[in-house]
Amino acid sequence: MEYKDYYKILGVARDASQDDIKRAYRKLARKYHPDVSKETDAEARFKEVNEANEVLKDPAKRAEYDALGTGWHAGDEFRPPPGAGAHRREYDFSPEEAAHFSDFFSSIFGGGGGMGGFGGARGARDDFRRRGTDQTARIRISLEDAYHGASRQLRLDVPEFDNSGHVQTRSRTLNVRIPAGITEGQQIRLAGQGGPGLGGEPGDLFLEVEFEPHPIYRCEGRDIDVRLPISPWEAALGATVPVPTLGGTVSLKIPAGSQSNQRLRLKGRGLPGGGSTKTAGDAFVQLEIVNPPTVDDAARTAYEELSKRFGAFNPRAKLGV
Amino acid sequence: MVQRQTSIEGVLLDEHTIVSITELTQVCGVDIEQVRLMVSEGVLQPTNGAQPEKWRFTGIEVRRARRALRLQRDLDLNLPGTALALELIDELEHLRRRVRSLEQLLGGVRDGE
Repeated sequence: MEYKDYYKILGVARDASQDDIKRAYRKLARKYHPDVSKETDAEARFKEVNEANEVLKDPAKRAEYDALGTGWHAGDEFRPPPGAGAHRREYDFSPEEAAHFSDFFSSIFGGGGGMGGFGGARGARDDFRRRGTDQTARIRISLEDAYHGASRQLRLDVPEFDNSGHVQTRSRTLNVRIPAGITEGQQIRLAGQGGPGLGGEPGDLFLEVEFEPHPIYRCEGRDIDVRLPISPWEAALGATVPVPTLGGTVSLKIPAGSQSNQRLRLKGRGLPGGGSTKTAGDAFVQLEIVNPPTVDDAARTAYEELSKRFGAFNPRAKLGV
Repeated sequence: MVQRQTSIEGVLLDEHTIVSITELTQVCGVDIEQVRLMVSEGVLQPTNGAQPEKWRFTGIEVRRARRALRLQRDLDLNLPGTALALELIDELEHLRRRVRSLEQLLGGVRDGE
């Protein structure tokens, strides 16, 4: 396993005061809290920072960690020295904490290896019942799946108690139904699918939905935005043109005299509300005038005629130039 | 590592899912007093303004309550601080979506001559 430099993780010196450690921890916890941070590795960093704090905030654990010596560097191959943890205190972690901590941590302070002792086998705690912890996982789906609803297979690594009360990781596959009309950021609660309880009920699993970026649609709540290229004559003369929507192609009437960036609303063509009285979102179509390329002389002549015909037209009049 | 296959249907926590205060306390693992405090601080908004026993919460509020409790626990925030953090996170999420959407709208950039 890899040696972890807890001082480096918190960005403090080895002789930092407990106050310095607390301050550094708080600052990093705010920075990497998964509810606040959108950095891709926020969750991993948050766990790492918490693990470092778990050790350094407690003078007893800190002393035990310091006793490993100063010759180590982060990432060094680490084997616990003989006798490490022999005089182990009864550190107490909840099972989900222990499962989050690294092997390195467990090798010194127990936990993952089952030596730290959380309940179960210990007499003092035999009458103790604890509900499992809730867990949150992110799930990425396409807009199409959100529109039609879908089934998704999820693989989860869950901590679990074995018969002797040790924590083990078990891989579990769940088939989850994604209801039609789900929107970004919404959660699906799977009762009883979270962390295992200790004589109590298991916790819940919460799936938080994220949308994959879509090549043609953007999404805001239940509303969908789509850019619709139209030709200059469709914009000038008006036309009925096809528009893609999540529910299929629909016809849209472009009013004569339309300009680029005008938005037209297709009511109820966004993500469905689902259920009976729930209202669907709208689709907003943003017009974008696209000019045909000047591929040959005939095309060039056509543009030249337009130029002659509209000689007085200044598209930049509003800019004062 | 043991493999097990389960097929399962969850509850979507959206504005149409309604839970009672008792259900909220169960889902969040808190007591009624904590919920009452969060409501009085404006962290949670019950849909039914009467006495706490009559309070109903949407799925959106369930998510909010869980997030509030996580922030309180992990960052050692008091309730007014949690309320402020939640409002700022809401705004941040809104702005991030907006920026992403506008960036997509702008498309690629080419140097002008």
